[in-house]
Amino acid sequence: MFIINCPYCGERDQTEFTCHGEAHIARPDNPSEISDEEWGKYLFFRENPKGTHFERWTHDHGCRRWFNVMRDTVTDQIIKTYKMGEAKPVISNE
Amino acid sequence: MSNQNRTIYGGKVNREKPINFVFNGKSYIGYQGDTLASALLANDVHLIGRSFKYHRARGILTAGSEEPNAIVQLGLGARTEPNIRATEVELYEGLEASSQNCWPSVNFDIGAMNNFLSRIFPAGFYYKTFKWPPSMWLFYEHFIRKAAGLGQSPTAKNPDRYEQKFYYTDITIVGGGISGLLAALGAGRSGCKVLLIDENPELGGYLLDYNFSINEKDGKKWLKKIIDELNGLANVVILKRTTAMGYYDYNYLTALEKVTNHHVEFSSTLPRERYWRIRSKKVILAQGAFERPLVFADNDRPGIMMASAGQKYLSRYGVLPGKSVVLFTNNDHAYLTAFEFVEKGAKVTVVDTRDLLNARISEKCKSLNITVFKSYSVIKTYGDKKVNRIEIQQVDKNQNQLTGEVENIHTDCVLMSGGWNPAVQLFSQSRGKLKYDLKINTFVPDKIIENQKIIGSNNGQFNLQENLNESFEAGIAAANELNFNSVEKVNWTGKEEIEFTHSDVEPYMLGKKKVTKGSKHFIDFQNDVTAADIFLAQREGYISVEHTKRYTTTGMGTDQGKTSNVNALALMSHIHNKPVDEIGHTTFRPPYAPQTIGAIAGRSVDKLFDPERKTSMHEWHVENKAVFEDVGQWKRPYYFPQNKEDIHQAVKRECLAVRNSLGILDASTLGKIDLQGPDAAKFLNMIYTNAWSKLEIGSCRYGLMCNEHGMIFDDGVTSRLGENHYHMTTTTGGAARVMSWLEEFLQTEWLDMRVFCTSVTEQWAVLSISGPNSREFLKDLTNIDLSKESFPFMKFREGEVCGVKARVFRISFTGELSYEVNVPARYGRYVWEKFMEHGKKYNITPYGTETMHVLRAEKGFIIVGQDTDGSVTPSDMNMDWIVSKKKEDFLGKRSFTRPDTVRHDRKKFVGLLVNDKKTILPEGSHIVEKALKQPPMKMLGHVTSSYYSPTLGYPIALAMLKDGFSKMGEQVVVPLMNGKIIEATVTDTIFYDKEGKRNNE
Repeated sequence: MFIINCPYCGERDQTEFTCHGEAHIARPDNPSEISDEEWGKYLFFRENPKGTHFERWTHDHGCRRWFNVMRDTVTDQIIKTYKMGEAKPVISNE
Repeated sequence: MSNQNRTIYGGKVNREKPINFVFNGKSYIGYQGDTLASALLANDVHLIGRSFKYHRARGILTAGSEEPNAIVQLGLGARTEPNIRATEVELYEGLEASSQNCWPSVNFDIGAMNNFLSRIFPAGFYYKTFKWPPSMWLFYEHFIRKAAGLGQSPTAKNPDRYEQKFYYTDITIVGGGISGLLAALGAGRSGCKVLLIDENPELGGYLLDYNFSINEKDGKKWLKKIIDELNGLANVVILKRTTAMGYYDYNYLTALEKVTNHHVEFSSTLPRERYWRIRSKKVILAQGAFERPLVFADNDRPGIMMASAGQKYLSRYGVLPGKSVVLFTNNDHAYLTAFEFVEKGAKVTVVDTRDLLNARISEKCKSLNITVFKSYSVIKTYGDKKVNRIEIQQVDKNQNQLTGEVENIHTDCVLMSGGWNPAVQLFSQSRGKLKYDLKINTFVPDKIIENQKIIGSNNGQFNLQENLNESFEAGIAAANELNFNSVEKVNWTGKEEIEFTHSDVEPYMLGKKKVTKGSKHFIDFQNDVTAADIFLAQREGYISVEHTKRYTTTGMGTDQGKTSNVNALALMSHIHNKPVDEIGHTTFRPPYAPQTIGAIAGRSVDKLFDPERKTSMHEWHVENKAVFEDVGQWKRPYYFPQNKEDIHQAVKRECLAVRNSLGILDASTLGKIDLQGPDAAKFLNMIYTNAWSKLEIGSCRYGLMCNEHGMIFDDGVTSRLGENHYHMTTTTGGAARVMSWLEEFLQTEWLDMRVFCTSVTEQWAVLSISGPNSREFLKDLTNIDLSKESFPFMKFREGEVCGVKARVFRISFTGELSYEVNVPARYGRYVWEKFMEHGKKYNITPYGTETMHVLRAEKGFIIVGQDTDGSVTPSDMNMDWIVSKKKEDFLGKRSFTRPDTVRHDRKKFVGLLVNDKKTILPEGSHIVEKALKQPPMKMLGHVTSSYYSPTLGYPIALAMLKDGFSKMGEQVVVPLMNGKIIEATVTDTIFYDKEGKRNNE
């Protein structure tokens, strides 16, 4: 049970949030022009890293805002939370 | 004779306050302060129950929560509870308990023959024997479950109340023994918020039972002073009778507080138990350790117990469990108990596995007349319902075998001590890593993961002197790390008569040759797992600890192997001749101890299990005898029976009323979303499959929403209220999902779109009036011009209805002339009653969801989630007409040309008419290619909606049928569960008013 730092509300209990899977998968601008493979990649293909993962979360029982979470899937440490539209943080090699 | 084993003086029970209790139907007397176990021992009751598998006689092994043997059925009737540890039950007046797993009685138990048949019940017996044929398992299982099992579950509803509490604190300390108390004091003095949890009714832990001194003065007085100071600190909260059950990520702990379990009367104001959900910036684990049993033949007889348990019964409860006592030990510390027993009048013999003995202990034994057998082992015990004799023999350490004469000792109580195992369960749950400590022969904490400290014997540190100062300083340090002020360190000098040193616990493990046939060396007392079972598992290849655990079931009882795990691992290490570290250990999972489901549920039962949502007309529906149906959390009228009508009669009457005159439906539960912003039309164009740019103000349009896979996920009518203002409706069950869907795209994909979505579902009461008389009816009640010309179908108008400001939508889900009248929710019932009154002359008929379903099915209108299931496209539903060809992009569009969605053999939405004009096909029935006597049959589709149509006078059905559009007019077969085979004709989906004239009137 995490404590998540909502970028709008601050630290709250995980029970207030929902995870929506991998972040930074942009909807293609031109769906009608891309191949079935490319569209399939957008629809179905997701990373499953051991280590740093970027996820979309919503603060459902709070401000109802969507935001991104950078989390280590091994230690379950939340490294960073940041607003939608902000750049994807760089994974440090430390 | 009562309390015959009670010492003349001593103990902390209140001998002025006798308590009556019943065990196995017999009355006894104990004292206030007793546990059930201590009171039974005081009354010379040693046989408490029968073991799980072999039905062996079992007594009391420990004096705490780790007890594997003395588990009883507690209480009667609805409050009866199985598998309760007698060692934890505080005695109260009128307590009733009984033995488990025995029949007809604990003294004469038929199942005990399993013990003599034990050679056919080795580990894995059930797996090997009842495996074939697979179909017989259910038959076997019935008998196996009956033979095994522990207590009886109550059959009546639980009458008690359980509470939950969410709690936030700086530091949580688990364990109120000396380490926990001093850590709490160190942290508490600094002013930070401390929560101290202890599972016992009294703080002090180990020190309550042993003699010690602080600064050369009586330690008990010092302990009381410490506890008094803690009680006086406002920032320290102490929870007694509270067991920490789970330790999860980010220092989230759960704990179960027994609030009134030990009360005579159940309270009407207090809950029975309270379940704590604790968030803590820092956690200090100070749970202490469990004494480890020794493994020898028939080490499970009543009268054989842990040395520390004997100590506790004697010093805390004033109970002498035996008069002729043997102490079997591999360490110095247990001698304290031998001394205590002699002092209280018992004759004590010591069997020590070690060759050398500390000179001071040797001398004291001599002076107390204690015979010590050095380098000896207990090799067998005798006694039917209680131990009465043991055999001992010398151990040859070099050969790892027994040697010399077998000697007999007559005894009525064997105390054993194999060293101590830190209670690492919670530490492990918090993902802390363990290592095997060869000095004390057990697993101790190694690497900490959470923001946590682990102290005292819980950390493998057993020396009193060192624990005193380290624990206090750990409390100070923890507070310091949370930026609280430092407090002064204190130097205490603590002394026990025998100091615990790390070098004096011998790794004593039974040699292979000593596992003799015909006797059992128990490793896991609760699950009846013997050393021979562990050997067998290794021979049969279950070498990994996790495999050994599951194959033998060691550590899988309700005690979760608190006394057995380390011995099992040590034995495996011995068998494989590998260090224990390489054998590893199994995973510890919550809960730490058995806990009631009631406490986990808390108040979320009955009415509070899930919120109920009610419309503003709800009470009117109740008063008018509506039968309700749950739609999500909403309570919706299902139908309104009159004069003992059944559902069919009521629905028929309601349907005909709508078709012939006037019906009224409470449609308030429909999801309603208010959309505003300059980009609202652009947004709708992306969300819905059809085009929205040209929708005029005052107009309504039906829309279909698809997900990106191209599958339908909601539908509804959206109306344009103003230039940049829309009112969207959704299905009742889909309202929250649609709202989240809209927000997802606005917040994550199209951040530049200026659109705001607000849920207004509960702001509007919706009265849907439908039927050929609805215009006539409504025109007297409103200032809106209802004429066909000025207010045509699919338009929206604002005005007053019954004097209330209203939004009226001319849309129809019945196919009849309909108006959906939206008024502010607080006027819902007022307008509804006005409608009912004014509608009398049209025989206005309230109808429920079932009639709504029938009427829409007659028109072939889909219900998302009933006719669709998340795997159908608009094309599958024959709804290409609502999919824009011109729009470049909208959600789902690209997926309509995926190879899978363009397959022409996909299931398609069709109508079905049964040929007999009688049978109502059950929804979910399968349409098959050819009806056979039994499955499998090749399936072509399934029935999604099916009703008797009162309008038409025969049944109608909607179905998904493979390649259905090309099968119009063809015959299909539907086999039913009762064996009947129904023939039906494939039709289109509109059964009534195909031209759609009626709603355009």
